[in-house]
Amino acid sequence: MDVLAFLLEPLQYGFLTRALAVTLAAAVVAAVLSCWLILMGFSLMGDAVSHAVLPGVALAYIVGIPFSIGAFVFGAGAVALIGIVRSTTRLKADTVIGVVFTALFASGLAIVSATPSQIDLMHILFGNVLGVSAGEVWQVLVLGAVTLAVLLLKRRDLTLLAFDRTHAHVIGINTRRLSALLLGLLALTVVVGLQAVGIILVVAMLVTPGATAFLLTRSFDRMLVLSVSLTVVASVAGIYASYYLDISTGAAVVLCQALVFTVVYLVARPDGLLWQLGRRLRSGRARRSGSPARTSGTVDAVLPGDPLPGHVRTGHPRSGNARSSDA
Amino acid sequence: MTMTDTQRSTPVIEVDRLGVTYGQVRALQDVSLSLAPGRICALIGVNGSGKSTLFKALMGLVAPDTGGVSLFGLPIADARKRQLVAYMPQTEDVDWTFPVSVADVVTMGIYGRLGLTRRLREADRAAVDLALERVGLADLRRRQIGQLSGGQRKRVFIARSIAQDARLLLLDEPFAGVDRTSERTMVSLLKTLRDEGRSVLVSTHDLAGAPALSDEAILLHGSVLAHGHPSEVLTPDNLARAFGQATITTPEDEV
Repeated sequence: MDVLAFLLEPLQYGFLTRALAVTLAAAVVAAVLSCWLILMGFSLMGDAVSHAVLPGVALAYIVGIPFSIGAFVFGAGAVALIGIVRSTTRLKADTVIGVVFTALFASGLAIVSATPSQIDLMHILFGNVLGVSAGEVWQVLVLGAVTLAVLLLKRRDLTLLAFDRTHAHVIGINTRRLSALLLGLLALTVVVGLQAVGIILVVAMLVTPGATAFLLTRSFDRMLVLSVSLTVVASVAGIYASYYLDISTGAAVVLCQALVFTVVYLVARPDGLLWQLGRRLRSGRARRSGSPARTSGTVDAVLPGDPLPGHVRTGHPRSGNARSSDA
Repeated sequence: MTMTDTQRSTPVIEVDRLGVTYGQVRALQDVSLSLAPGRICALIGVNGSGKSTLFKALMGLVAPDTGGVSLFGLPIADARKRQLVAYMPQTEDVDWTFPVSVADVVTMGIYGRLGLTRRLREADRAAVDLALERVGLADLRRRQIGQLSGGQRKRVFIARSIAQDARLLLLDEPFAGVDRTSERTMVSLLKTLRDEGRSVLVSTHDLAGAPALSDEAILLHGSVLAHGHPSEVLTPDNLARAFGQATITTPEDEV
């Protein structure tokens, strides 16, 4: 079979072109959002929102409204509930998130089990991208386009929020509203991703692309571009793998993203695992042979003007990630 | 920015009987103080003395139980909207692995003046370039912030407040993790900014460095113990009250 035939064969099936469209739309939006999520330490929040939409999806099927409305209401509701409990107790964020999303997920399971005939739980949990209708494709495309447009329009403010919330507040930005916007967009992105890979795996689309791109660059704009382009490659590869190897489409897409991450993790310069090992080997050999070792490739050249070139000095013994917490 | 006479005489900071509590803990009690324009003021106190809380109150990040704050004769929210206030975070509050360059961070200083999508015009780029020149980081503008030395890292944030053209600079422990040479560079930079009519409030535990830097000092311990010329404020008596019996602390003691 030649390459062209290999690529074109799946596309003659309407269900596969629809699957490709839905997966690509979801993956691109999620890849953009993931750049901010991983920098803000919100990965768990993505997981929480995706699980919390289950009762919304179930109720939407029962009532007969578009699934995306039910999912969005419960996704945004979960975010609000987490915010309320967090600000009125002394509990840490991950604890509150753990309590809220499991409770909502369980109530979704309860609703589904009480109305067994109408809803296919497996499709909600693991996606049913090969079975999407034309109407659902349009829901995904429109929601995806709106989410993407808002993310890109507000990208500088979102980066500022992620980097320095206090400064954002001091220059007159309403940080509470901006956070709410970001979390609302997270809920929308989850809704968009549900059809493609399902509730359980949508978090992979919200985390892996940004994480992969972060390993490759130190510039945020380049991170956005890399995150999107790598996720497009992984998604297309996943759809074809699913067709030819006859495996679950959602699983195949997520596995392809994980594969890209793994390759980057191993070979990215200068911090990939193989380069780290190589440096350690070289410096070990140099030490044995008695010559001074070149230890690190990350800090380059002596910086003009300061006596401590590229040296990371932590001012205080405490430290860690004490980011300014509230605004 | 030109100043009218009323602006010149209006205090930059006016704190009136401010009280802040967190749950059961009283962080600030009956704090009143006033800061004139064009002054460098050191805010000195042990950890837990309320320095951070006072900063947060000045930025409108905590709601006072009693009293209030006005900046430039305005409510805090108005002063913020007019880009009058800049804040420099402590080193450990910054994510130094964040994928932003030196120029990116300085550009964030002018976001308040830009439109909805924060698109830069030619004049905005010039403001960023000028700020970078003034702190001596023009050559390093493309560098990711984690690849800078301790002193350079601090200067990035000073450049951000210069680009913002803020009239009041709030600096949180600016000399922690900075060697003496960089500290001297920063002090002379801050004095130049003061001579332009800006005001600088520096929170610090560095008793030795305070007199060389500041025009006045405030000794804080839940409330204001003393406020005046550094030599009047940093007396053995006052320090004993603020720091307890074992008076002089070194930076390493700060927790």
